[in-house]
Amino acid sequence: MSDYSTNEMMTVAAARRLKNGSVCFVGIGLPSKAANLARLTSSPDVVLIYESGPIGAKPTVLPLSIGDGELAETADTVVPTGEIFRYWLQGGRIDVGFLGAAQVDKFGNINTTVIGDYHKPKVRLPGAGGAPEIAGSAKSVLIILKQSHRTFVDKLAFVTSVGFGEGGDHRQRLGLPGKGPVGIITDLCIMEPEAGSNEFIVTSLHPGVTREQVVEATGWAIRFADQVGVTQAPQAHELEALRALEARTAAAHGQAGGEE
Amino acid sequence: MAELLSLREAVERFVHDGDTVALEGFTHLIPTAASHELIRQGKKDLTLVRMTPDLVYDLLIGAGCAKRLVFSWGGNPGVGSLHRLRDAVEKDWPHALEIEEHSHADLANSYVAGASGLPFAVLRAYAGSDLPKVNPLIKSVTCPFTGEVLAAVPSVRPDVTVIHAQKADRKGNVLLWGILGVQKEAALAAKRCIVTVEEIVDDLQAPMNACVLPTWALTAVCLVPGGAHPSYAHGYYERDNRFYQAWDPIARDREAFTAWIDEYIRGTEDFAAFQQKLASKHHAEAK
Repeated sequence: MSDYSTNEMMTVAAARRLKNGSVCFVGIGLPSKAANLARLTSSPDVVLIYESGPIGAKPTVLPLSIGDGELAETADTVVPTGEIFRYWLQGGRIDVGFLGAAQVDKFGNINTTVIGDYHKPKVRLPGAGGAPEIAGSAKSVLIILKQSHRTFVDKLAFVTSVGFGEGGDHRQRLGLPGKGPVGIITDLCIMEPEAGSNEFIVTSLHPGVTREQVVEATGWAIRFADQVGVTQAPQAHELEALRALEARTAAAHGQAGGEE
Repeated sequence: MAELLSLREAVERFVHDGDTVALEGFTHLIPTAASHELIRQGKKDLTLVRMTPDLVYDLLIGAGCAKRLVFSWGGNPGVGSLHRLRDAVEKDWPHALEIEEHSHADLANSYVAGASGLPFAVLRAYAGSDLPKVNPLIKSVTCPFTGEVLAAVPSVRPDVTVIHAQKADRKGNVLLWGILGVQKEAALAAKRCIVTVEEIVDDLQAPMNACVLPTWALTAVCLVPGGAHPSYAHGYYERDNRFYQAWDPIARDREAFTAWIDEYIRGTEDFAAFQQKLASKHHAEAK
């Protein structure tokens, strides 16, 4: 099955990163779609936690909001939102924080707050939500985001959630408990932090994507690993599961979900 | 003991101009009817606290009721922007809006501290983030035992909290279930608390550890069936995703928005009349 979209490649590549049995704190939109695809394919025992309170959610359709009833009904338990952040996240029980972003920089820092000056913003974005503490306290973080020179920027207008800060050992010096972002999955490639500098470099290109395309779609001088792999194309069972999930979601909500 | 009142009377008596008001409900059980009543009664200079402003605060901001907004995520879930919030922040329409911005973990902890009678909350947060640079209320405190530097944020102590719940009994004890968000904490953090409910029953039949707010911890209980629409009330009705989508073009345009609240909110007597008007419009469109 070679006929797939770049968005499908991104979602499948992100889903594969979620190990079976891991405990994942899921952001709404693309992360939720990829995390649920993982649960429906390679990682049936992944534990999905949403900030509204569901722990162990197993939705059959994708939620449109972070607190859809479907999440509560399919969860192992539903706890108050304060408890989610206090006991489960800050308490050190999250293996993977799965985040989206409006913008990301070369050290995996995330902006979801403003474009332009904070006090006179060009564009006011929704803001932090749960991301700053997920980025800080989850043992590791995955970021999923469509790639363009407007989303992958040299300098963030605002650092909402920290990756590696100014790079190198800055994150450790900030005293953040988790090890930070371990992968950025886009519609073009997979980036991982370079040992030492913790600058994100391309480690795998999706099939058919050229280095020039990636350079074009990145706002900083993106570098490539010595050995750049080629991402395995989506397999038939992955595409079937993803398309069925999207079809069920569209039938239930009148929209596909996870496209923000 | 909570009084059983109409929503109009509860808002008249317990919400004053200039109050700090928290309408809570995390995606679920959002007290929409109460936001409408605040607009009908022309309340003004309110400091609005809410983790996710959602449509209820988009309405209040656009209607000119808000002076200040305390929040942690201001989007239209599953759709995009809150255009009235953005217009106020970006263009000062209908007037300038002060914003005090936090993260979810921070505000959730601040409600817990408020309900606990503490002056501030402590949490591991914000290291490396720019948020403390733009919100001077985010400070730090050093742990006296380990020396760890942690974030300190003031507790939330609203003058009035309004929440929506599934059931109350005739004494005014309230039961809610499903996604609970920070409703219990917001209710207990406030000086006064109004609860709108789907129904009033003889016996709550609440399981032993259920989330029950006792009547003596509340100020008023108001029967408003459907009062959380377009959000949902678990066990009663589902989230109206199409309304959230339909809100986008209404809120995007100042004139369309003003015409909408003039017709649907200021032009209706109460939430039941609003629901009738909305239903008859949908009925006419379906023909």
